[in-house]
Amino acid sequence: MREGQADPGLYDYNGYRDRPRIVWPGDKQVAVWVSPNLEFYELDPAINPHRKSWPKPHPDVVGYSHRDYANRVGHWRMAEAMERHGFKGSVSLSVALCQHVPDVVENASQLGWEFFSHGIYNTRYSYGMDEAQERAIIEDSIRTVRDATGQTIRGWLAPALTHTPRTLDLIAEYGLTYTCDLYHDDQPMPVNVASGRLISMPYSLEVNDHYGFFIYNMSPREYADTLIRQYDRLAQEGAASGTVMCIPLHSYLIGQPHRIGPFAEVLRHIAADGRAWITRSGDIAEHYLTHYADLAGDAA
Amino acid sequence: MTLDPSYLEYPRRRLGMDHDLYPWSNLFTRPAIRWPDGRRVLTWIVIDLEWFPITPNDTPFRAPGHMQTAYPDYRHYTSRDYGNRVGIYRLLDALKAVGARVSVAANGAIAQRYPGLIADIVAEGHEIIAHSTDMNGTIATGIGEQAERALIAQSLDALEQVSGARPTGWLSIARSQSFDTPRLLAEAGLHYMCDWVNDDLPYRMSTPAGPILNLPLNHELSDRQVLNVQQQSIDSYCEQIRDAFGWLDAEAQHHGGRLLPLNLTPYIIGLPYRMAAFERLLAWLAAQPGHAFARGDAIAATAGSQIA
Repeated sequence: MREGQADPGLYDYNGYRDRPRIVWPGDKQVAVWVSPNLEFYELDPAINPHRKSWPKPHPDVVGYSHRDYANRVGHWRMAEAMERHGFKGSVSLSVALCQHVPDVVENASQLGWEFFSHGIYNTRYSYGMDEAQERAIIEDSIRTVRDATGQTIRGWLAPALTHTPRTLDLIAEYGLTYTCDLYHDDQPMPVNVASGRLISMPYSLEVNDHYGFFIYNMSPREYADTLIRQYDRLAQEGAASGTVMCIPLHSYLIGQPHRIGPFAEVLRHIAADGRAWITRSGDIAEHYLTHYADLAGDAA
Repeated sequence: MTLDPSYLEYPRRRLGMDHDLYPWSNLFTRPAIRWPDGRRVLTWIVIDLEWFPITPNDTPFRAPGHMQTAYPDYRHYTSRDYGNRVGIYRLLDALKAVGARVSVAANGAIAQRYPGLIADIVAEGHEIIAHSTDMNGTIATGIGEQAERALIAQSLDALEQVSGARPTGWLSIARSQSFDTPRLLAEAGLHYMCDWVNDDLPYRMSTPAGPILNLPLNHELSDRQVLNVQQQSIDSYCEQIRDAFGWLDAEAQHHGGRLLPLNLTPYIIGLPYRMAAFERLLAWLAAQPGHAFARGDAIAATAGSQIA
């Protein structure tokens, strides 16, 4: 990015009208990917001078134990519902989960889920890191996921959405192909980086379960209805444009007993609809980069 | 810019948790818990009985529901006390109608100020558990071990003196603990606490003063969270609880007993416009096959004898 400038220069403006159509495999209109955030939060994390970890003095028992629910209870419910309806996850992974709770990572790996990095812990932030420190967490992420799953990560969602001005350049330099940190579009878009090639993968804050339940204060059924409306609109428009819908999840939220039932009905709806390419983020990126290289910013 | 090198060191990056209180465990692969009489789901109701001094204390933090205006905050002082005068009796009548026995998490001050209320609760078969001294009795790291030990003892003494039984369960205000709390609660002889919301079933924590059970009191299903924080309707709340029950009951067909924890606040759910819907929910729960209401001490005893 152009550090310090009013326009960070992340991408070029490109209005939604009159774009070339993206056709997803099987002539599908919308690429749907589900992104479980498989995270580990520390009870007593080191202090980052630029952002507080927990609102309360450590131990923040509710904050920590609510999130710990994911690895004991929520993940297993969420994964079972996804598998039942044919959804493979694209995991935003706190890579230290590979050490702390390998059962969850192995379960996701065996289900055929893709992994990308969400930092080391969701209680360690990138703010204030120098280049060597940021390279260290990228290299740690690549190494840790490879050792645990055999996969080479292709994407990045910054830990707790904390960035530095050089994050995008660095992940592109390390060969990653997509970032989930930019929210400017419903289609993949080229991102300006110093070297390599990077695209933005439509993730979502707006239909993220955290936003649904704690920003918009939706009931479980209202959130499920929101996802269905989001899907129906993007599927309809996708006939002309080719859209991407992401459902970002935290199993300590969606895996609660009052929420998982309505959410499973959303998966049933999307799976039965027929317009969706139900896939993973890396597959979306690969399809886009393979077939739409010109759109992805490559010279023809 | 650079961060201290220690920020990229992870001394607790290891198999299992990043602390020694409890090991990681998967709800779906650990040995099943069997409830008495083959029940599939137990509903565990915990009613918070809270007295808020009109002189709030912010050390270590101001309790949820506490005074908000400049002194004197009549509106919050009195509307919180409404729960102790009116709301609780509505709830007691509703519970009696379905034969439910529950846990009542009371401030010690409730016993000292309203002993008749405690007597009514005990007479109707409910359990009193300890919920600190009053709503200035919040706990967090920094209050000091001696102060925290004294606070726990004062709460237990006040409740025992009036109820005739020393509580065996503990609920911290806002479920907020210090690093010392599990140990101090175990040291005080408490059998269980309700603060950690990381599971759907009881599990055991170990402390240097011995073990203590944690009965997870789901804060997401509490009336405070759904009705006050998220500002949803009572009808939505009841629907959410029915949905939760349905899911847990289905799981219990394959995975052993399940627990539906309902944390209630008399000044929230005990309002006239909410009670009828809540009474219908209680009646609905009471009519579900394989379901029973249970007190925390009974749940702790049953689960405690079955888990490692």
